[in-house]
Amino acid sequence: MYQHTRLTNNNFTFFQKFKNFDYILLVCILLLGFISLATMYSTDGGKILFHTKSHFIKLMIFTMMMLFISFINIKFWFSIGYLSYLTVVGLLVWTYFFGITSSGSQRWMDLYFINLQPSELMKIFIILCLAKYFHRMKLENVNSVYTILTSLIIILLPMGLVIVQPDLGTSVLIAVSGIAVLWFAGINHKYFIYTMLGFVISLPFVIAFLKPYQKLRVLTFLNPDKDPLGAGYQIIQSKIAVGSGGIFGKGFLKGTQSYLEFLPEKHTDFIFTLFSEEFGFVGSVVLLVIYIIIIYRIVAIGANSRSYFAKLFCYGFGAAIFVFITINMSMVLGLLPIVGSPLPIMSYGGSSMLATMIGFGIVMSARVHSQQLIA
Amino acid sequence: MINSSSDNVKKLNSINRRMFITGSLKFFIMVGIVSRLFFLQVKENKKYLTLSDKNRIREWKLAPVRGEFQDYFGNVIAGNFEAYQLHVIPEQVENFKYVIYRLKDLLELSDKDFKKVLKKKKEIKPWETLIVSNNLSWDKFSKINNHLYDLNGVKPVISISRNYPFDENFTHIIGYVSQANEQDIENSELIKKNFVPGIKVGKIGLEKSFEEKLIGTNDIERYEVNAYGRRISQLEFQKGKKGQTLKLTVDTEIQKLANVLLKDKAGSICVMDIFTGEVIAMHSSPSFDPNLFVFGISQDNWQIIRNDPMKPLLNKTLQGRYSPGSTLKPIVALSALENGIINTNFTVRCTGKTEMYDQTYHCWKKEGHGYVSLRNAMKMSCDTYFYEIARKLGVDKLSETAKKFGLGKKVFDNLFEIEKDGLIPNTQWKKNTLGKGWLLGETIITGIGQGYIQTTPIQLCLMTAQIANGGYKIYPKIVINDKDKIKPSDYYIPLYKNSKNIRIIQDAMFGSTNEVMGTSYRSRIDNPKYQFAGKTGTAQVKKITERERELDLKTSEIPYEQRDHALYIAYGPYVNPRYALSIVVEHGGNGSTTAAPMAKKLFKLIVDRHEMRQSINEKKYLEI
Repeated sequence: MYQHTRLTNNNFTFFQKFKNFDYILLVCILLLGFISLATMYSTDGGKILFHTKSHFIKLMIFTMMMLFISFINIKFWFSIGYLSYLTVVGLLVWTYFFGITSSGSQRWMDLYFINLQPSELMKIFIILCLAKYFHRMKLENVNSVYTILTSLIIILLPMGLVIVQPDLGTSVLIAVSGIAVLWFAGINHKYFIYTMLGFVISLPFVIAFLKPYQKLRVLTFLNPDKDPLGAGYQIIQSKIAVGSGGIFGKGFLKGTQSYLEFLPEKHTDFIFTLFSEEFGFVGSVVLLVIYIIIIYRIVAIGANSRSYFAKLFCYGFGAAIFVFITINMSMVLGLLPIVGSPLPIMSYGGSSMLATMIGFGIVMSARVHSQQLIA
Repeated sequence: MINSSSDNVKKLNSINRRMFITGSLKFFIMVGIVSRLFFLQVKENKKYLTLSDKNRIREWKLAPVRGEFQDYFGNVIAGNFEAYQLHVIPEQVENFKYVIYRLKDLLELSDKDFKKVLKKKKEIKPWETLIVSNNLSWDKFSKINNHLYDLNGVKPVISISRNYPFDENFTHIIGYVSQANEQDIENSELIKKNFVPGIKVGKIGLEKSFEEKLIGTNDIERYEVNAYGRRISQLEFQKGKKGQTLKLTVDTEIQKLANVLLKDKAGSICVMDIFTGEVIAMHSSPSFDPNLFVFGISQDNWQIIRNDPMKPLLNKTLQGRYSPGSTLKPIVALSALENGIINTNFTVRCTGKTEMYDQTYHCWKKEGHGYVSLRNAMKMSCDTYFYEIARKLGVDKLSETAKKFGLGKKVFDNLFEIEKDGLIPNTQWKKNTLGKGWLLGETIITGIGQGYIQTTPIQLCLMTAQIANGGYKIYPKIVINDKDKIKPSDYYIPLYKNSKNIRIIQDAMFGSTNEVMGTSYRSRIDNPKYQFAGKTGTAQVKKITERERELDLKTSEIPYEQRDHALYIAYGPYVNPRYALSIVVEHGGNGSTTAAPMAKKLFKLIVDRHEMRQSINEKKYLEI
């Protein structure tokens, strides 16, 4: 059969692969990179300083890396699914013992040229691992106790390693990535509902076990005006910055809230605040649209992939990215408590960008090799 | 294969269904985020914009320029001068230690002052201004300017500050300003509103009474600041309004003469226009230099002023309560005439002392005056005569007349918070206050202005003015452009029952000064242009014992604190009178020898200045 011959044809030439690129996704990623660079330039006070330079270099290297990953057959990514997961778990263990401590949390590895945050990588590789795990599984086996327990262990192991760092935000995001895959793999939706209910019921107990600073964050979220100069400061200043932006914003490099240093963490978690202050409602919506297009393309690539693994990865990654974005935005807009969660690509931070770019690379690879079947 | 493919189909169906559910969920979450953005950025934009401006814009207030005081002729008597100051902003100085020691050398600061500067530095934030010196001489200021090249971060600043060019002359009228303390801020909304560190506010006198008019409004600088409060750029400069200039009725030349006359004496002089009530001069001696207080008085100077036995801090014109002595006699006589107790022909024989109610009352003249009528009794100030008419009159009628003419009541209402009421006693008062019945003997000594009766010099001046103007009520004032609270219909209310009685008193006072045997005859001026009429007074500070009466010591032989107060009231020129005055010299001995000669010098100047005063007035009307 003609179709059959096409299916088995997995030796694309370089140019064919190039032709198979999803250019809309690529353009959106590059656009996002450009916007993030401009925003970083603004956080440096309109000068090309450390953050801008560093962000630019990382953006260049990781974009190249993403393109390189795209050319690698999706089969390869399938084959290293478990290995990569275990490697990152190994890195987390290593970090636990030898990591660098910064602002009270031990989450970085010193790699001499870059400080790597393995927990960020875990957000992607847990998807890869679980996608591989469910790839060959028959639907009726998916809801077996063994499968559920195994997948829960796969999720809880890195979560635990990240919680002890301590980094609650990232561990929650790792869990979200994993759970997204479980959802698409077809685990009975009642489990999700039960889990959700269980979570809501146990919430007060969870809060009781939180560390004092984490408890404070939750309480602050519930009432930021209680301590406007202390714990509530970040969220109040963030809301002021976004709100004062108005429809069209204060203009590029004219965000007084960030320029005058009222904004905390403006390079990292609160970068959207600065962007929103300078470009207003219109700019924010444009940025959201770019993200939506990216997610839409990821989902579309998944839908067009022949292999279940690629589908699962794309859907899972799309959902994870979506959650990362919405959690970050909800946080800076005062809809969620402050948890450390970067905005993909926009936020300053190499590990997060590396992980996101690897994810984009694998998605692109799935697109390039969309007709690739994985046995 | 078929099995596996059917499983694949199932799996695909499942994943696609779930993708659809996820997609819908994503859509709703996105709508949620966009609507949150819309809420914050479009709907609540104004609120957050205000908050953002509040964040970034900080106002700095500068001290307002205080309104001036001018005398009647427009001379500045409390003005502003440019103080040369030295400011340092510590964070802008690279090597603070070097600079501050260099400044110490250049300014020749004492170790004490230097320590004060270092202490101040510790109290402020590094970007706040440290005032190293707040009133430099021009020499030092220019010296600093010459060395600026090696004093990085030091700013020579010219700042506006209070200045009293006539030093001690007006202190008891105007008062002085000094740095606002917590109490000042608490007591006045306006000071609170205009407060900046180092602001000077009135502490006493008119400076305090008219604080709200004088203070003006701050210059305001608006700066953009960062989250740490550091100034980034100036956005706006809003010029403040200078405080209102207040014009006084006082004539500086006469005020200065009053100061000279009372030099090294304790006492008071006040001069008043008998028709308008304008205070021409009002001086309390000794006075002190208000300039000492502007930048905070030094401990040494403060001790000198505070411990002076002549009490410079006491405003004797308004606060000093003296027995009026014989200066009350015109009122006693007037009261007796008005109440029909006596007429001008009423005569008393004075033998030097008189026995009444088992007590001996002495006339100041041991030998006695013989038979005296009203006019002669006033002229020679015969005490026996006034004992007799006081006895006939009774204290209640006397106090009524005295009060009517302005004694025993604040002259300026609430203008000066330190002003005292004085005391005009009557039977009711004694019963209420001391719980005892009035003794007739007390009436008798009240007749010569001794006993319970206490008056302030300004009250005596007002009393004299109201006798001089023919017996009409006037309202003394000292600030020209203060709004008049008195209804026009209240002006010039007759205080007499019969205007002839006033003329009798005026004539008697004329005799007292201008006729032989008059108590102030030696201080008379014959030239009708300057001729004045007056009444001396000598107020005992303590009861004279029989032994002392026999000794008959001269004033210089009595210890200072036991000497009599010398008083004098007068008005002039006798034909067409215009001005009244009262003089009190504490422990001055005798009214006719100490106080009356001062009146002679004063009247010469007062009358000479009168035309100038009138011409200013006419010019003022012409301008309108």
